[in-house]
Amino acid sequence: METFVDISDVALRYTGRAGSQDTLAVEHLNLKVHRGDFVAVVGPSGCGKSTLMKLATGLHFPSAGVVRLDGKVVNGPVSIAGMAFQNPVMLPWRSTRDNVLLPMEVVDPHRRQIRTNRTKYKQQADEILASVGLVGAGDQYPWQLSGGMQQRASLCRALIHDPELLLLDEPFAALDAFTREELWCVIRDLHQEKQFTCILVTHDLREAVFLADTVHVMSARPGQIIVSRTIPIPRPRPIEITYETEFAELTHELRGHIAEARG
Amino acid sequence: MQTKSAGFANIDWVRASPWLCTIGLFAIWEASVWVFSIPYYILPAPTQIGYAMYEFAGALWFNSIQTLWTTLLGFAMAIVFGLLLGLFIGWDKRIYAGLYPLMIGFNSIPKIAVVPILVLWFGAGWLPAVLTAFLISFFPIVVNVATGLATIEPEMEDVLRALGAKKLDVMVKVGIPRSLPYFFGALKVAITLAFIGSVLSETIAANSGIGHMMLTAQANFEVPLVFACLIALAVEGIGMYAIMAGLEQRMTGWAHRSGFNR
Repeated sequence: METFVDISDVALRYTGRAGSQDTLAVEHLNLKVHRGDFVAVVGPSGCGKSTLMKLATGLHFPSAGVVRLDGKVVNGPVSIAGMAFQNPVMLPWRSTRDNVLLPMEVVDPHRRQIRTNRTKYKQQADEILASVGLVGAGDQYPWQLSGGMQQRASLCRALIHDPELLLLDEPFAALDAFTREELWCVIRDLHQEKQFTCILVTHDLREAVFLADTVHVMSARPGQIIVSRTIPIPRPRPIEITYETEFAELTHELRGHIAEARG
Repeated sequence: MQTKSAGFANIDWVRASPWLCTIGLFAIWEASVWVFSIPYYILPAPTQIGYAMYEFAGALWFNSIQTLWTTLLGFAMAIVFGLLLGLFIGWDKRIYAGLYPLMIGFNSIPKIAVVPILVLWFGAGWLPAVLTAFLISFFPIVVNVATGLATIEPEMEDVLRALGAKKLDVMVKVGIPRSLPYFFGALKVAITLAFIGSVLSETIAANSGIGHMMLTAQANFEVPLVFACLIALAVEGIGMYAIMAGLEQRMTGWAHRSGFNR
């Protein structure tokens, strides 16, 4: 399989204010993701997981090393990525549908077409909302939706422009356990259907094992990948497997690596 | 609301409250003047002020309209200039850092000290009043618009920038709509300041307007008329404030969704 995201020997240094020390967020960071793969990155807090996301999307440039996306060196925002965060960050003055359509107003070639072909785009937004279980929520404002529903809408916004790369930064961390498991299944089904490449940053090991082909463990700052564990359970996985022994063993093994990483 | 007994329980107290408080204030005022027998040239009773209003209705009306126009002209200038400068400063941290101290410095200058300079440049009349209203009221608009832009969620910016959005896109899609509640909130503050500015200038150098009329009335020892002028100003201020608040509610209803003070 071809490598889609290739982060090789990357370091990123945040320049602090004058007088304070610079922070080395990641160093000797190596990560390869094949096209269509779903990888999870776990690690102790403050290990540079979010930095990894910003590197992959070209929001930050490495101080050393190279980031390649689809064979090309990343030297600016990549525009083939969709992102979702722990905070759904919906615009409160727009209806949920218009929030979902926001990327279309920015990305070429849609930004030129959306004005003239509003009905088609509206329909597309309603379809993707329906696919995550938000039938008829398009006209509601995001603040009228529950946290779980907002996060679903946020996933729709990340995927509306059919990105080749989806980046998820702890998207389910603020949700209750039941909603979280529901959304695991939503993202599992979306990935199955659209076959995008996905990098999920999380601190929930069950989430990582349930969703990913490969789980990468990052060390404490400056972050680098210390263990990469392939999850041999065939996908798509039913939620029941999370109660099986194999699943529990994998989670437990990863937990051991995290404990080491925290030092 | 419960409807078990007619009359008293059916009164909408929230709506009635401003009227009751206003009437109450004037009633206490009136009573105090009579009870303590305060002479009219110290504090006239509301009835005496009312009579002065009736007596000088024509002049009062003419000067109120004059002041209203002066204020609105200065306020309109403040809106245009304040909005543009707010967007400009909010655009970039460096512009913000560079211009903010200058603006604080300017805003700290008492505008009463600026009026003589304006008179020197433009002569006495309505123009210095318009400019004073403008100078005193643009600051809150600038600050609030710039604040609205500065508080864009970083995640939102990331979402858009990762899609290849230019700074102008982020500004138009997120920044400007986001700063509108701040902008309309600032208008409520700015309109009352604009009145202060225009009246201030009118009391120093003008030949019409409420400020000028007050000065004349004071010179003639017409104390009830001085108070009548003040009340005319208050009425204009409340009216314009209500218009701004209505505009705010209409344009940015999405920002007022908490049930905090219901």
